[in-house]
Amino acid sequence: MNSLILLMLLPMLGALLIGVLPKANETLTKQIALATTVIVAIVTIAIAVGFQRDNVDLQYVQSYSWIPSFGINFAVGIDGLALVLILMSTVLAPIVVLGGWNESHGGRWSVKTFYVLILVLETMMIGVFAATDVFLFYVIFEAMLIPVYFLIGGYGTGQRSAAAVKFLIYSLFGGLLMLASIIGLYVMSGAQGGHTFDLAALSHLQMSSTTQNLLFLGFFIAFAIKAPLWPLHTWLPDAADSATPGTSILLLGVLDKVGTFGMIRYCLTLFPEASKTFTPMILVLALISIVYGAFLAIGQRDLKRLIAFTSISHFGFITMGIFVMTSQGQSGATLYMFNHGFSTAALFLVGGWMISRRGSSTIADFGGLQRVTPIMAWSFFLAGMSSLALPGMSSFVSEFLVLVGTFTRYPVHAVIATFGIVLAALYILIPVQKALHGPTTEGNENLSDLNLREKIAIAPVIAIIIALGFYPSPLLKVINPASAHVIAQMGFTDPAPTNGDK
Amino acid sequence: MDFAAPVLNYSLLSPILILLAGALIGVLVEAFVSKALRPITQLSITLGSLVLSLVQVWRIRNEGSTTAAMGSVIVDGPAVLLQASILIISIISVFLIADTEQFTALAAALPGSDEERHALQSGNQVTEVYPLTLFAVSGMLLFPISSDLITLFVALEMLSLPLYLMAGLSRRRRLASQESALKYFLLGAFSSAFFLFGAAFLYGYSSSITFAGIHDAVNGAAGNDVFLLIGIAFLSIGLLFKVGAVPFHAWSPDVYQGAPTPVTAFMAAATKVAAFGAMLRIFYTAFANAQWSWTPVLSLIAIITMLFGSLVAITQRDVKRMLAYSSIAHAGFLLSGVIALNKAGLDASIFYLFAYGVATVGGFAIVTLVRDSAGEVTDLNRWKGLGKRSPWVATSFAVFLLAFAGIPLTSGFIGKFSIFSAAYESGAKGVVIAGVLSSAIAAFFYIRVIVLMFFTDPVEDGTSVEIPSSLTQITVAVSLIVTVALGVFPAPLLNFITDHAIFIR
Repeated sequence: MNSLILLMLLPMLGALLIGVLPKANETLTKQIALATTVIVAIVTIAIAVGFQRDNVDLQYVQSYSWIPSFGINFAVGIDGLALVLILMSTVLAPIVVLGGWNESHGGRWSVKTFYVLILVLETMMIGVFAATDVFLFYVIFEAMLIPVYFLIGGYGTGQRSAAAVKFLIYSLFGGLLMLASIIGLYVMSGAQGGHTFDLAALSHLQMSSTTQNLLFLGFFIAFAIKAPLWPLHTWLPDAADSATPGTSILLLGVLDKVGTFGMIRYCLTLFPEASKTFTPMILVLALISIVYGAFLAIGQRDLKRLIAFTSISHFGFITMGIFVMTSQGQSGATLYMFNHGFSTAALFLVGGWMISRRGSSTIADFGGLQRVTPIMAWSFFLAGMSSLALPGMSSFVSEFLVLVGTFTRYPVHAVIATFGIVLAALYILIPVQKALHGPTTEGNENLSDLNLREKIAIAPVIAIIIALGFYPSPLLKVINPASAHVIAQMGFTDPAPTNGDK
Repeated sequence: MDFAAPVLNYSLLSPILILLAGALIGVLVEAFVSKALRPITQLSITLGSLVLSLVQVWRIRNEGSTTAAMGSVIVDGPAVLLQASILIISIISVFLIADTEQFTALAAALPGSDEERHALQSGNQVTEVYPLTLFAVSGMLLFPISSDLITLFVALEMLSLPLYLMAGLSRRRRLASQESALKYFLLGAFSSAFFLFGAAFLYGYSSSITFAGIHDAVNGAAGNDVFLLIGIAFLSIGLLFKVGAVPFHAWSPDVYQGAPTPVTAFMAAATKVAAFGAMLRIFYTAFANAQWSWTPVLSLIAIITMLFGSLVAITQRDVKRMLAYSSIAHAGFLLSGVIALNKAGLDASIFYLFAYGVATVGGFAIVTLVRDSAGEVTDLNRWKGLGKRSPWVATSFAVFLLAFAGIPLTSGFIGKFSIFSAAYESGAKGVVIAGVLSSAIAAFFYIRVIVLMFFTDPVEDGTSVEIPSSLTQITVAVSLIVTVALGVFPAPLLNFITDHAIFIR
């Protein structure tokens, strides 16, 4: 069997197994969920090892006819970009299960339902990146909203149902615009040699520039809502605020990446001309996101909302890297997606533990944690440093690449974006100082430090962050050929580096 | 004077004849079988004739004939597909109709009178509803295969009259039910008049009452175009009334709400298939070459219908009214299949009709289950927390709502995709954009119900969920399986439709 199909089936099998187990045995449920996600992660790593890095064609390709009368196939295959994101998703999944061992208890429904939803979501996360049929991609893109909706609304805190609805309505709206564009592509493919949804075939369609612009917008708005780009971001802080930390990791770390992934895979590939037309506008939106997200993050008093706004800023960087149309920018953006997944995971994991111990998510309620709970404090510190892209952390490499890639073509943009880094220092260092340093705030004296399970959960995240900070080349070797291929397909060559000595 | 005896092809007409025979036997059963045995006898006769009729439809699936009844009906692929859809939807609706709690004990008694109380106490049941159903279904089978205006009109009345009666049979809130029946009847009669008026003009235009004759006249451009326009306009009003398109929709929320829920389910699903079936045939065969005259108006009506249905549904607080407005929006989506006027549009419409019909029956089946001591609870506020009290009922309803909203992996999505792509292919991009926008609006109120059921805490106000009877369970289960199966593996049905759905003139 094709490894990708196997990879998608495994979480489903786990979900089925959990489904037939009795409700009462919660520990066994969690153990099965953990075992499943670990196995999936191992299989993914095996796939990554077998991946031919210099080959820019799709690999592990498999296609089954699904709805022949519309030319729809169940077709999967991965390139470097998809591989990196699938790797990130499947490595994060066991960390989420282990790190959020007890977060399914406060929910409306049983523990069993929680893990079934998580595992179903994992299948879809793999599928959404692996799909090479536009229709299949759309189906998974929309269907994965449902488990996330129930995860936020059923297991979150605070205004969870309102947040879940806001998330769903936003996403559905974007999805329906994309559906209109997909219908347009389908009809045009029918007029130009037979109905198909095959991504490669669709990228050769002839269309007028007006059509291309309109169809591009349908896709782009859907992805900009997902990513989320200013001004379509307003659902994210509410969702992140209400969801459990584990759900937030999957939501911000993985699901939002579908947006930026889609920009590369669908917007750039299918509509190269329209992408060039809209680039100036999109870059401005990306810059606004970087600066606006950073400013709002500085102003947040709530830990979860703070992380959400930092992500908006980071997604601005990723979007900018994608649309500057240089191979460094493209590679940087892809690497950024991967790194952002782990630094957000670290922040949400440790933040989640702090919040559940203290019973409050207000930053001011913490203080002096360094003294009471040194390991937790250090973990949070490292997570924060990764988020502000300190050299030596993995996110530094990607942020640097994006800025370099931007500067060669859009120097002014790069300069403005650099302010985002300065602001990042503020929005991370202020809460770090407030929460970790200084005198211990009243009520915090008896907080317990991380237990063994939590240490096991956070250790690989921090290890990846630091290891890739010093030695990013294993990933870059996978990413670079894919990025260069995208840029070459678009008809761009990298501008020669400007020499400062002249 | 010579009298030519009509030549009828009984095997091709047998699906209708079987139902009529069943209905007549049903009437006799009312007269001669004892009260205690009546319900079970009637139920078996009704189900038996529906199944037999379906078998017969299956046997004639590959036959095509324009002369089955002296040129008055056409049996072809679309006819068979539509008839089969109507029969399947009717069969699963009959399981709901078998629930006696829904119907008054004595239809003729005045609401609140001693007579009514007496009838209730003596355990009477209105088993007349079964023969009425069969009469209505036979009319529905005739409607989409009629190939001349007179037969079309007869079929229209044949399916409508029993429905007018059935709408007034509710056990609870009888006044509202009777009011809805009267409203339905008056407005229906009114629209029939428009229909006849249009038919007269079309006859005046083409000097023929058959679709083929009108088609030839349009091609020959022989007649007076004004007559053609007036004819198409008034005939369309009659048909648009039946499908509940704006601005001819006013009856549907009241009737959906007032009628007994099983009747609403049957009416909402099966009537829509029949009426759209007839509409597809007449627009695709008779008026196809006069496209320039009706596409713009019909597109406008489709756009208004979609947007109006979705927008007004947001404000509804009653589940049956909400579903009524949602069905108005769906009528708009279906109109885009008529406007498409291509093979893909025909295929898509037939698929959509079947998928939507089955999901609708399933949805209303769930509505019959949520009750308190005074009968069904249709106030949405009292559906709060249903997911906690009875997760399976709430989950099933959620699946039907997701199908209405057109979320992938449900039949509704495949239907919406295929019908919109057909419309886009024919150049009706405005309709597609309006359709996508109103889908987004519609998603909002479907999701709101899901939120109510799953994310709000239950209120203790005596609302409970009836343990579904085994018959209702069958309805829900079948609808659920069809809805999900058509969402995941639509290929077999789509292929079957593509191979068979070819109109013959």
